[in-house]
Amino acid sequence: MHYFISPVLWQFLVNWLTHFALFPPEASSIAPYADALYFFLILISLVGMALVLALVTGFSILYRKERNPEATQIEGSTLLEATWTIIPLALFMVCFVWGALLYFRIYNPPTNAMNIYIVGKQWMWKAEHPGGQHEINALHVPLGRPVQLTMISQDVFHSYSIPAFRVKREVIPGRYTTVWFTATQPGTYHLFCTQYCGTLHSEMIGEVTVMKPEEYQAWTEGSTSGMSLAQNGERLFASLGCNACHSGNAGARGPNLAESYSTRVQLTSGSYAMVDDAFLRDSILNPTMHTTAGYAPIMPTYQGQISEEGLIDLVEYIKKLNTNYRVQQTLNTSQIQSPVQNQAQSPVATRVQQPAPAAPAGVKP
Amino acid sequence: MIATHPEEHAEHEHSPYLRHHFANLEQQRETSTFGMWLFLLTEIMFFGGLFCAYLIYRNWYYPAFVAGSHQLSIALGATNTAVLICSSFTMAMAVYSSEMRWRKALVGWLLATIVLGGVFLGIKAVEYREKWEKRHVPGLNFSAAGFTHQDPNYPEDKPLAPDMAEKTQVYFSLYFAMTGMHALHMIIGVSILIILVIRAWGGAYTQGHMTTVENFGLYWHFVDIVWIFLFPLLYLISRHQ
Amino acid sequence: MSTIVMLPDQQTASLPKRSYLNEEYGLKSWLLTGDHKRIAILYLISITIFFFIGGFFAGMIRLELLTPPSDLMAADTYNKMFTMHGIIMVFLFLVPSVPATIGNFLIPIMVGAKDLAFPKINLLSWYLYVLGGILVLAALTLGGVDTGWTFTTPLSTHYLNTHVITAGLAIFVAGFSSIFTGLNFIVTIHRMRAPGMTWFRLPLFVWSHYAASVLMVLGTPVLAITLVLVILERVIGIGVFDPAKGGDPLLFQHLFWFYSHPAVYIMILPGFGVISEVISTFSRKRVFGYTAVAFSSVAIAVFGFFVWAHHMFIMGVSNYSALVFSLLTMLVAVPSAIKIFNWSFTLYKGSITFETPMLYAFGFIGLFTIGGLTGVFLGSMGMDIHLTETYFIVAHFHFVMVGGMLMAFLAGIHFWWPKMTGRMYPEGISKLAALTTFIGFNLTFFPQFILGYLGMPRRYAAYPPEFQVLNVLSTAGATVLGVGYVLPLLYLAWSLKYGKIAGSNPWQATGLEWQIQSPPLTTNFVETPVVDYEAYDYEWLANKTKHEVQTVG
Repeated sequence: MHYFISPVLWQFLVNWLTHFALFPPEASSIAPYADALYFFLILISLVGMALVLALVTGFSILYRKERNPEATQIEGSTLLEATWTIIPLALFMVCFVWGALLYFRIYNPPTNAMNIYIVGKQWMWKAEHPGGQHEINALHVPLGRPVQLTMISQDVFHSYSIPAFRVKREVIPGRYTTVWFTATQPGTYHLFCTQYCGTLHSEMIGEVTVMKPEEYQAWTEGSTSGMSLAQNGERLFASLGCNACHSGNAGARGPNLAESYSTRVQLTSGSYAMVDDAFLRDSILNPTMHTTAGYAPIMPTYQGQISEEGLIDLVEYIKKLNTNYRVQQTLNTSQIQSPVQNQAQSPVATRVQQPAPAAPAGVKP
Repeated sequence: MIATHPEEHAEHEHSPYLRHHFANLEQQRETSTFGMWLFLLTEIMFFGGLFCAYLIYRNWYYPAFVAGSHQLSIALGATNTAVLICSSFTMAMAVYSSEMRWRKALVGWLLATIVLGGVFLGIKAVEYREKWEKRHVPGLNFSAAGFTHQDPNYPEDKPLAPDMAEKTQVYFSLYFAMTGMHALHMIIGVSILIILVIRAWGGAYTQGHMTTVENFGLYWHFVDIVWIFLFPLLYLISRHQ
Repeated sequence: MSTIVMLPDQQTASLPKRSYLNEEYGLKSWLLTGDHKRIAILYLISITIFFFIGGFFAGMIRLELLTPPSDLMAADTYNKMFTMHGIIMVFLFLVPSVPATIGNFLIPIMVGAKDLAFPKINLLSWYLYVLGGILVLAALTLGGVDTGWTFTTPLSTHYLNTHVITAGLAIFVAGFSSIFTGLNFIVTIHRMRAPGMTWFRLPLFVWSHYAASVLMVLGTPVLAITLVLVILERVIGIGVFDPAKGGDPLLFQHLFWFYSHPAVYIMILPGFGVISEVISTFSRKRVFGYTAVAFSSVAIAVFGFFVWAHHMFIMGVSNYSALVFSLLTMLVAVPSAIKIFNWSFTLYKGSITFETPMLYAFGFIGLFTIGGLTGVFLGSMGMDIHLTETYFIVAHFHFVMVGGMLMAFLAGIHFWWPKMTGRMYPEGISKLAALTTFIGFNLTFFPQFILGYLGMPRRYAAYPPEFQVLNVLSTAGATVLGVGYVLPLLYLAWSLKYGKIAGSNPWQATGLEWQIQSPPLTTNFVETPVVDYEAYDYEWLANKTKHEVQTVG
């Protein structure tokens, strides 16, 4: 057929028809809901447009000068004003409620979501799986399981966007932001940074790979660095000397951290706070603002001493901390020498670094 | 520039001060005053952004704000407040003199306002110099080291933990931004005052046309009021000892 | 096609002997003028220059986006292209476009005054605008800025070494131009109305400029102080927005958008005013629901101050504050809908003709409706999560700003061209240009809605290959659109010498501006008008013209 039109034009048409998608694949559990709202919005827009178009075109034809040489002066009509105030308002309210429900759904993760940490920096995405898998500009997730992304930036504002999942969240320096999804379709999908972040903003892209559970299992086993995030965190906890005050002993200078995650604590100011990721991170960087009631504000700040990845490791560690058994163990040895020491010198380090195929008591890898 | 053609006015029967697009002097006066009030409204919005930032950070970092505030000299701040209030008085007297058509009194009161404005700016310069010496200038010359030790002048103040001590930088950033912006408005005010003095000496404002002096008076009072807010917010945090 | 245009006999007609254009000659008489009409012309020339510079950058953007890889220019250069395009188009074109040109020219005349309240401040406004423009050009020639027009911190404060300070200063200065213009308008409308000109006899053009002026006066200073803080952070290193020093970059976002959302209403409200005048004239009817249209302008101005965080739904604001802002955004959409319906019903039982200003007005109604409705998409917070920061946003604001505002501007320029210059523009080619613009616009920006939903992010020089077809369509449209904008420049310039003499009221419109000569005298009116008729009073006009002959000269 293409000998009737130029080959260039044929290429263009073929390209166009095969790539003529109007919306991205619906690859997450929330995507159909987002698309449903979109279609509703398109529908009311089409109706609105059609109405306005009909009015303007209709009136233009019926009342053009040749047909209606004399205009009739009309002041207005309160009834009409009320109609086209109330009906659009009602429709917009439906959009508001529907959008609000969708928003709360996207930004309120279920409690059983598995956590993956994302660190954005100019101009790449680092993904840290709790099991110790590290990815750059990629994200592997299992099919059918809720996944929560806890994200932070090392420098400027970025934004983590997976159009196929219909989720997106700003990635900000200085505080965690989160978003969650459940992938429902295996495949690879675009990952974009959507907040302008400098020179290579357009290159800060990657791939999200959704794998069936068995494949995902194989992938996690094959890609681990050997140390889970919590294990790394345990190392940092000792080497930075946290164990000296947060030993879990009675009368210790710092509060007991075992099983503290997701509990409410009372601060010295009298208010209550939830111990979540943001609280833990902020307590390490700005301890004076989060001093637990009954404790002196003597914790030093680690601002500038730990990278965002290190903070994530520590947060993971504290999240999974059930008992202070291993903390006590490291403390006994580290009390002999000065609390903050080089990890290579610490006899503790060798013990912690032994590969532990079975989960050691108290620390989940 | 846009001349008022005084020689042509011999033919009309109105004040040489009436601009031609106004119907009468009263409309002109009301319009100018309205314009000045509206301009002051924009100034409120301008400072408003800074006050907003102040409110938020003071809420978050209260101990750092207390410690930072205690580093300012109440004596100098209070003196400056008194100086400005006096300058508002002299400005009000200047407006009165203009209404009463007392040329020399007007010039005198305007000069007094300039002097008081200059005193304010001088004291501000002294304060800024002191801040520089104590290394409390964010970005250029800042060290939070002093805040982690007990300050002998404030025995009831506990020394700050290092992370809160770092936040004093936010306090001083706002201090310099707010007082700096205020000082800039003072400098502009004093500059205009100098021009007004020169023209007042020539008799421009004592022949029934007081609107310029009145409107400038509004501006000057506004700058004074901004300071009256700045003083307690910046200098008087937790000073009940 | 019939027309309402009534021109004086071209054989005997000539321009008036005295007008504001020939009152005084020489560069100094223009550069030191206090005449609001001359200042309006000065503004018209300057914004046209900046429009085409901004348009050049748009062309560069679309050229780069013809192909998926970032192959036409370096990544940094592309970033500078869209930044300069945004800064110039928003601050140096859209914000002053209708108010500083058509508003400056007409507001005193429409209220029955001889000039604005503060002519010297009006001139100062223009000089501040020019200074701002020169600083932007300086930033450009010194190497450009690549922060995006939104100056997001900490990128703009700590991570770029381009001319951020110069650009920030430029916008600061241009902002004061805007503030003084708004101030002038508010005072003039309050204090200088002619006897009998009550608020509800004012043309709707004046109402919408009043609302826009309130926004200018209250909102722009917040942008000014925000820019000062960004500049201080760059120059001195104070850390008001720096997390490492205890600051919060999100505070910048709040302060910036507190102005920049009302800014979009500053840009569109004057356009609404133009459309009211044009639709009324070319239907020979008063605007349907005058009070509703007048109050909806004020409502937009008020509500417009309370919705800024809808630009920040995904930035980590709390779910509950996002809820409030989404609700208010839905409320602010309603007055615009009211206006669209009121304009549509103005056509009912009118006597409609389709001269060029009316064609632009129709284009406005269609394209602004689409743009405004897509705003509802974005205000619906859950939908915004998928759509924000993509080409959907780009398409949305170009529909309202270009399909809406720019069309309104062109409608106004064509409608009041005979009043400002005394000459008519050529009707045939102007209709062609309007049509070209409309077609080019749709081809350029409609594919971008689709691209946005597919997920293509904004401010990207490179994109996945499957987005190419839509991008090529968009660039093709941009070429057509460009032609549509160059044509008016050419034929309007041509008309200055060869256009037909217009007379004082070629459109037989109501409004005080059409009762005086074209071009007007410097003092506008020979004697102060006394107003005893309502706005858009076509019966009064019919009575008047029965007893009068068109005056020329």
